[in-house]
Amino acid sequence: MSTEETPQKEHHRIDYPAFEENPTYKQLKKRQRSFVWPVLIAALAWYVTYVILATYASKWMATPIAAGSVISIGLVLGLLQFVTTFAITQWYVSYANKKLDPLASELRQQLEAKQKAGQA
Amino acid sequence: MSAELFLAADAATKNDPVLNISIFAAFVIVTMFVVIRASKNNKSAADYYTGGRGFSGAQNGMAIAGDYLSAASFLGITGAIALAGYDGFLYSIGFLVAWLVALLLVAELMRNTGKFTMADVLSFRLHQRPVRLAAAISTLVVCFFYLLAQMAGAGGLVSLLLGISDSLGQSIVVGVVGALMVIYVLVGGMKGTTWVQIIKAALLILGAGIMTVWVLALNGFDLSHLLQAGQDAAAAVKKPFDALSYGNKYGKNPIDFISLGLALVLGTAGLPHVLMRFYTVPTAKEARKSVVWAIWLIGIFYLFTLVLGFGAMVLVGPDVISAAPGKDNSAAPLLAQALGGAVLMGIVSAIAFATILAVVAGLTITAATSFAHDIYASVIKRGEVSPNAEVKIAKRTVVVIGIAAIAGGIGVQGQNIAFLVALAFAVAASANLPTIIFSLYWRGFRTRGALWSMYGGLISSIVLIAISPVVSNATPAATSTAMIKGVDFHVWDLSNPGIISIPLAFILGWLGSVLPGGKKENSWLGAEMEVRSLTGHGAEKEVHH
Repeated sequence: MSTEETPQKEHHRIDYPAFEENPTYKQLKKRQRSFVWPVLIAALAWYVTYVILATYASKWMATPIAAGSVISIGLVLGLLQFVTTFAITQWYVSYANKKLDPLASELRQQLEAKQKAGQA
Repeated sequence: MSAELFLAADAATKNDPVLNISIFAAFVIVTMFVVIRASKNNKSAADYYTGGRGFSGAQNGMAIAGDYLSAASFLGITGAIALAGYDGFLYSIGFLVAWLVALLLVAELMRNTGKFTMADVLSFRLHQRPVRLAAAISTLVVCFFYLLAQMAGAGGLVSLLLGISDSLGQSIVVGVVGALMVIYVLVGGMKGTTWVQIIKAALLILGAGIMTVWVLALNGFDLSHLLQAGQDAAAAVKKPFDALSYGNKYGKNPIDFISLGLALVLGTAGLPHVLMRFYTVPTAKEARKSVVWAIWLIGIFYLFTLVLGFGAMVLVGPDVISAAPGKDNSAAPLLAQALGGAVLMGIVSAIAFATILAVVAGLTITAATSFAHDIYASVIKRGEVSPNAEVKIAKRTVVVIGIAAIAGGIGVQGQNIAFLVALAFAVAASANLPTIIFSLYWRGFRTRGALWSMYGGLISSIVLIAISPVVSNATPAATSTAMIKGVDFHVWDLSNPGIISIPLAFILGWLGSVLPGGKKENSWLGAEMEVRSLTGHGAEKEVHH
């Protein structure tokens, strides 16, 4: 099967492999990859830890956080899952707004200029 | 307390089917009006499949919540908490944390590189036809299982809410739900479907919010008081349990629960009807905003279900819930009745129906788009088809899916809903997610790896389910919860295949790409896909009329 079948032929005028050497592009890629992977892996590890504790250490999870309290360690850890999920969401939004979006829009303008030049 | 218990015990008789049907009919009339108005601008394929990509992040976030908070979430999780304490909570946490995968890895890059379907992204730089076909098959399988779960839920709900318990009556209701859904999707396309989901999400979250505040108010806004009352209620039933500890429901087989947890957390970002929602917004930034809205709405809703579950445990009681028609699925409607009488129960029941209708509509348009765009236009006609002819095929597919869903929904009456949903998540996590992640993040990924991973994940998850105790087990037919009763051919003890099938699909994707042989890939396209995925250059634009 050849590349003619791909629906993106109109963009083939741009030399994408060469564009990948663009330092701003390299920086954007590094920033995106170095945020999403470590953060996601940490979040999933924290979730899996919680599930394992809930299934294998359910007695310990049922321990009250203070004598006479009905609030158990398990409930607190469960609610903390909500807190960390919300916090990571907002952290990523502010990171993307500050560190990713400006680079992406600068690169997009460069690419659009290249495409126009190619069509002329 | 005793007055409330009495009320709840009397649920089946106090239930007012006429009131329930009128409230539901009002919802149908209002949404139908909105759908017809929204559909006036439906002209192109992009209009029909994506609503012209004109929704804002907030609107799409509401619609995602509407799509995601299915009857299994609202009724199932509330019921699971009411009958097993914190174990139900484990479900909702998995469903929520899963959104981080969609937010961080998938949403924006998919919006930048795709057009209408998941297969658009997966086949971007690989060999078009085989990859598209595999992605479309797995899309159809996931949508079909999810659809069956919703239809089974519709049948089960009727017995409780409308007082119809015979199978003919339930079949008629399944037929009505299917027919309404077909009309919504045919008339409104993605725009109409999205508005139905937005309206439904608003009603669902509002309704659950009011009930939550109500339950908390009865307990002096003191969570400890509610938990204490729940613990007392759970200790006083026929089969007492500790409501404040984990393990009441899943404690018997921890590996099985971990397997389920993996499927829940990795399946969401592979659900085709969720992925398709990212194409209804104009830019990747709006796609990000929609996921942020969805995470907050879904998270807050799941916090509500914790209070509602304990509320049902205290105000209705686990024994009454277990004895009610519809069992754990009836916890939320019975709680509504205990709080606000027949009117609130009618409203909550109508919301539950609206939920099923909206989710089914979203699944149907996804499956129809995938069939028309991926299988018909790209694989059968090799791209030689006009967008109008493609939409015509999509609309015919909607009717076929509607009929299949009604027939299937009648066939699966009485099946375990949670099992069907868990199966859809397991297939999505095994067949779709590995290929999505490899395509977006690994340049060495090749066509053979994609095919091995998608077919391997699909087949292994379905086979493992088929030989598990959920399909057949040794319990006598009369009390069996198995899909096929009275026979036992299970040779595999886990009900959830994820712990095997997900790693297997990742390994197959890697092996199929690194082993020598197989077709060469176009490295130029690989560079183009990555540049476009990160910068948004050349992404599909919003349609202006």
